[in-house]
Amino acid sequence: MEIALSIKNVSKNFGNFTAVSNVTFDVEDGKFFSILGPSGSGKTTLLRMIAGFYKPSNGVIEIRGMDMAGVEPNKRPVNLVFQNLALFPMMNVYENIAFGLKRRGERGKEVKKKVESMLERVGLPGFGNRKVNQLSGGQKQRVAIARCLVLEPTALLLDEPLGSLDFKLREHMKVELKKLQAKVGTTFVYITHDQSEAMVMSDHVAVMHSGYFEQLDTPQNLYNKPVSAFVAQFVGDNNKFIVRLRKDEHGRFFAVTDEGHEFKLDRPYDLESSNLFEMYVRPEAIIINPKESTGGINLLDVEVKSILFDGGNSRILVIPSGSGREIIVSLPQNRKYDNLQEKDKLKIGWYPSAAVCFKGAGGKVYDEI
Amino acid sequence: MTKSEKIKVRWGFIIFFTPVFLWLFLLIVLPQIELLRMSFLGTDFHGKSGFTLENYGSFFTEPIYWLTFARTALYSILVTFIVLIIALPVAFYITKLAKIKYQGFLMVLILIPFWVNELIRIYGWIILLRESGVINYFLLKLHILKHPLEMMYHDATMILGLVYTSMLFMIVPIIGVMESLDDALIEAANDLGAGKVAVWRKIIIPYCMPGIMSGSIIVFMLVLGSFLTPKLLGGKNAMWFTEQIYNSIIIYFNWNQGAAFGFLLLFLSSLIIFIVLKLTKQELSKVIK
Repeated sequence: MEIALSIKNVSKNFGNFTAVSNVTFDVEDGKFFSILGPSGSGKTTLLRMIAGFYKPSNGVIEIRGMDMAGVEPNKRPVNLVFQNLALFPMMNVYENIAFGLKRRGERGKEVKKKVESMLERVGLPGFGNRKVNQLSGGQKQRVAIARCLVLEPTALLLDEPLGSLDFKLREHMKVELKKLQAKVGTTFVYITHDQSEAMVMSDHVAVMHSGYFEQLDTPQNLYNKPVSAFVAQFVGDNNKFIVRLRKDEHGRFFAVTDEGHEFKLDRPYDLESSNLFEMYVRPEAIIINPKESTGGINLLDVEVKSILFDGGNSRILVIPSGSGREIIVSLPQNRKYDNLQEKDKLKIGWYPSAAVCFKGAGGKVYDEI
Repeated sequence: MTKSEKIKVRWGFIIFFTPVFLWLFLLIVLPQIELLRMSFLGTDFHGKSGFTLENYGSFFTEPIYWLTFARTALYSILVTFIVLIIALPVAFYITKLAKIKYQGFLMVLILIPFWVNELIRIYGWIILLRESGVINYFLLKLHILKHPLEMMYHDATMILGLVYTSMLFMIVPIIGVMESLDDALIEAANDLGAGKVAVWRKIIIPYCMPGIMSGSIIVFMLVLGSFLTPKLLGGKNAMWFTEQIYNSIIIYFNWNQGAAFGFLLLFLSSLIIFIVLKLTKQELSKVIK
């Protein structure tokens, strides 16, 4: 596979503040690449450097092997879909899409043909004469993308383009965007703070946090094998336990909570400097009332504190007996627990393989989402 | 709403509307009607007064009159254009480039000269520009000139003065529109391949068109109807159409002729604005907003 976009050791400082710190990655041709991070993580800065609106303080940005240093935004073979879309209000849909082609000096029938086939591709045939303010949110979205795609860029950069849409439309556009990308085959670099958008659409996701890439992996690996506490908390939901790890004489590892509960772990950890860890267990990995006979499972007696009904995404909030800590548990979709009530006593359990621990100072890595 | 409330509302309306109506009718409409009537009156050889189109006819038959008007109109268009060319980058600098904390300060800098009366400002210019003026003094002292240069009473000086006096009325409406221009539009155009010239031509100017048009109309009308600046800076040969009106009424004491010129000025300048609006495909209602 050819490399469409190559970022090498790129940093960006604004005065004393480091927005992007030594980031390196490659995007292969035709891939959907996402950068996922909370606001203020530097992802927009990174994208604007690729588009050419900021100069990197350090490092090299290459597009198809060509160094982009000193190349103005209007000369780069990448196009940016802005967060607020930035459609030109004084032009109609046709003129918006033809804008880039005309700047290249293309004229006449060729432009008309390209614009019309692009409109068809994004599912807006015959919309050329509409005014921008006559379009719905989703249609504006597609015009903004069409306006860039018609230029056949090496990579299409998208800056949280679904951020301003309401929930239903966003869910719909997620699927649309993925389909569109598969159809046109253009490389997409997508930035978002919504982990579901990144997971659903991307081939690869980079999780960014205060200027660094914490992990760059496939969505599956980010979810199943997070490499840091931040990734574990930011991608998907997780229950956090502050624990001390202990190794027994057989070399098995255990996590002990402040309340004295002990949980088996399935992999070794380095206990040399400190045994204070954070343990993460996903709500969907927790089994309600597991069979006692199931060997090796961690068990915990809990009381239901509240039921968070959300259709297919319903959960319960439970507290272990003799503790104030809340644990979120996903409800299975078999209606088995429809009669569950507050203050019910339950047993919950999870397999050691479902828990992952990271060294922590017993403190917060990222609690203020 | 009860009945008594309804009556109250109506009273309120009358109380507030009456002064406005009286102002408009007594001070503007009524005198204009009288002037309009006068413009159609004339006296024949026998000293009898009666209805005539003579006052309007003389505008077209005497070249001095329509030439003065053509000259005034062309210079007004030129001044409007120069003001626009200067105002666009100034407005862009204030709204987009200057730091927010300096924006108010820059606006005040533009406003302050307009706190001074027009006459005083023009005398200021005269002090600077006349043969024994400040600029000539320094140019002589620095041995750049051997003899003082007469900078007054040229058309160029007059245009300079008119541009200066009307600058504010172009900058303010353009700033009003430009402030709402999203920076992302400029960046998006740049990203899609537009250079600086294309960004101005295709994005900034079309976006600011309502502000540009309302500013241009105000400046054009102000310049066309200005009297002091052309009179004081332009000298004897630089005849402005308002001077013709002034001369008719004050010097020749021909009120009928002066009134006719006044209405011709109103009609012709409205016509010019109408044609420009049509040519640029702008709607008056949008421009006024």
